[in-house]
Amino acid sequence: MYKIQPDDRKVVEEFRRNPIGRHSPQLQRVLNLFRGAPMEDKYVLITRIPHKEWVLGQMTGKRGEPIRMTNQVFHNIEEAEWYVFRQRWKLHTGENLEE
Amino acid sequence: MKSIMGYSDKISACPGEQVTFMVSCVGQPTYRARLVKIIHGDTSPDGPGYKEREVEASFAGDHKARFQHIYAGSHAIVENTPHFDALGSLTLQAMIWPTTPDKGPQAILSLGSEAGGLVLGIDGSGALCLAVTGDGGATETVSTGKPMVGREWYFVAATYDRATGEAHLHQEPLVPYALTAGATSVTMTVATRPTLAGAFVMMAARPAGTGNGRVVGTDHLNGKIDRPRLANRVLSRLEMERLRGDVLPPDLLTAVVAAWDFSADITSDVISDASPNRLHGKTINMPVRAMKGHNWTGDEMNWRNAPEQYGAIHFHDDDLHDCAWETDFTFTVPDGLRSGLYAAHIATAHDEDFIPFVVRPARGTKTSDLVFVVPTASYMAYANEHMMTDAPLAEHLTDQVAVLQQTDVFLHEHREFGASCYDSHSDGSGVCYTSRLRPVLTMRPKYQSWLGGKGSSLWQMNADTHITDWLEESGFEYDCLTDEDVHAEGYAALAPYRVFMTSTHHEYWSKEMWDALDAFKRHGGRLIYMGANAWYWRVAFHPTLPGIMEVRRAEGGIRAWAAEPGEYYHSFTGEFGGLWRRSGRPPQMMAGTGFSAQGFDISSYYRKTADAENPRAKFIFEGVEEEIIGDFGLIGGGAAGLELDRADRLLGTPPNALVVASSENHSQIYMVVCEEIFINAPGMCGGEHPFVRADMVFYETAAGGAVFSTSSIAWAGSLSHNNYDNNVSRVTSNVLKRFLDAKAFQ
Repeated sequence: MYKIQPDDRKVVEEFRRNPIGRHSPQLQRVLNLFRGAPMEDKYVLITRIPHKEWVLGQMTGKRGEPIRMTNQVFHNIEEAEWYVFRQRWKLHTGENLEE
Repeated sequence: MKSIMGYSDKISACPGEQVTFMVSCVGQPTYRARLVKIIHGDTSPDGPGYKEREVEASFAGDHKARFQHIYAGSHAIVENTPHFDALGSLTLQAMIWPTTPDKGPQAILSLGSEAGGLVLGIDGSGALCLAVTGDGGATETVSTGKPMVGREWYFVAATYDRATGEAHLHQEPLVPYALTAGATSVTMTVATRPTLAGAFVMMAARPAGTGNGRVVGTDHLNGKIDRPRLANRVLSRLEMERLRGDVLPPDLLTAVVAAWDFSADITSDVISDASPNRLHGKTINMPVRAMKGHNWTGDEMNWRNAPEQYGAIHFHDDDLHDCAWETDFTFTVPDGLRSGLYAAHIATAHDEDFIPFVVRPARGTKTSDLVFVVPTASYMAYANEHMMTDAPLAEHLTDQVAVLQQTDVFLHEHREFGASCYDSHSDGSGVCYTSRLRPVLTMRPKYQSWLGGKGSSLWQMNADTHITDWLEESGFEYDCLTDEDVHAEGYAALAPYRVFMTSTHHEYWSKEMWDALDAFKRHGGRLIYMGANAWYWRVAFHPTLPGIMEVRRAEGGIRAWAAEPGEYYHSFTGEFGGLWRRSGRPPQMMAGTGFSAQGFDISSYYRKTADAENPRAKFIFEGVEEEIIGDFGLIGGGAAGLELDRADRLLGTPPNALVVASSENHSQIYMVVCEEIFINAPGMCGGEHPFVRADMVFYETAAGGAVFSTSSIAWAGSLSHNNYDNNVSRVTSNVLKRFLDAKAFQ
């Protein structure tokens, strides 16, 4: 399992600028770690208004169990990606990234 | 939360034929129904928007709402007979392969009724038990107290002596393990007298009343049952062992009430009793047949060659075939209703659903030279899939946080709506049967799918409405057929047409469908391949039961699960399952291109090749001077995306095929398909491996027909760009016009 390295800090900005699309190999390695998170506590976005509004939720990892909804509401998928990236960065490094 | 939904008995109907609709609706006294022709199901503000055309129908109007339940979980039932009523002392025995012995109470063999009887089952600790229930509902239970190990074969048996009340239990693993419970027997005297009046046999569940017009089961078993037997007296352990064999010992014939042989009638829903009493039964909700039994040796892989080694049925607590809901309304297709993709739209003030079906022309006739074949087999394979809520891998494929629709949330919480062939059952085994006789909530206009890339995020049926919309907007007339029509009628269904247009992702093909399209081409028919990853999986439709299909994920290919060794052959037909490529028919043989790479984040574009200037291909690019094709679109922002096909002479691309354009610059999320990887190595992704591309291919057939392949699922998402004035639309239009021209290709 890959562990985030100090040098990975430099790809954070690359992600913030372009969360969905072609990435540098170094950023992709970080994302491969983040996106492979197990279903327990995994972040998902639930569409509240198609193409307009999404709510952040977390899976429990058990089939059939309701998704835990959060108070985080987004009106842009890229914003949601950046939010989830920051949560995962904190989880793996302990560092809070600035919004 | 979804509050209204439905399904129909048929997926396709001719004028004069009736379609029956079943609806469940909660929270409102009534719902409104109407008939619509589906034009464009994409609601994205970046595209032309949702389009439908309302059509007059007798069922239009308000209908009384009512909730209709789904009873998931498979089992087998043998109806009451005097043989069961007459039982006093008895023996129940079977071989079992429990897959979730620790999930809680599960029934293996039940004899009785809801009022009481005997249930040989698994208790809350995972141990074999016998529950005896008498009048008044009092139950006494005998347990071995030794938890069974999952996915191991066990001989299990219970005897009950009516005169003494003595019950014996036997729990014996076939394979011994150190420090693990071995053969165990217990004896106990029970005071309760089981109620056997009106008794019937239920396997893999116990009775729980009735619902939707049939007996309902509960405490469903996950796992296999092989060679269940019922005897009318207490058998010795030696007699049980002799009864376990395939030949019934003559001296036990008077003791045997039933000896069910699951290796017989494998292609059906019948379970046969090999005893002289012939107490046959049937399965409910399609448990999986042609499963390896306890005696499988590994010498034979095809159940037809050694059926006695395939005497097991695998039951699941989440199997579902036919919801068996009551009818809400019907629709008889009137003469003159234009062929196309239609739906019964049902709605309340709070929710809506669409129940899609195809109106086809009268059999043997056409109303257009073009037929758009709606890939209902592929829709069924993906029906109600749960990958994004079940599988951590899914986010890797999209490189995006999962975006769930309300439908996905509902399906995650309501497993009774059944799974897709991309899911695993609750016990982890792969789902190889799928039914459309249930609300298929992923087969709907307006539905967005996580597999559809960035942007509109459409997949399967809703993505295919990019094609129907373009045909309507471009003024091309077309007829619609479904995969099931082509399967049932073969070439005769296609013979009236000049051009066959595929969907965006026509992935699942029965042999009958494949042969029909092959014959169409051999008769000079023209094929326009509007997508990618078609002719991939071989499937089987059930020979007698409507609305169900089978796929065995055998050997190779991109698979959400893998069939177990020895279980690669379809139970419905005995055909070898898996990729068509593994049956000697790679997709390149049909369309000149075949599945090569996939990724689900962003799409890319095509660049013309030198072959684009070939005089044979000139008509394709008439009015398209630019070198880059499709650097725009609703699916991932480009015409080349999601799944990509390439030409390969060694896999069957005809020697005269022209590759007139190829895609490039795909992201690292795109990976070469695994059937191309023999030794894994770095460099398999977009931007590195040459197989990560879509080849746009044209070739003439020997019969004077032709084939044009876009080789990309995203292609259709670019058709409407710039008010339908773009090079993807122009190329498609050029090809379709030439293909509709009767003039033979040289």
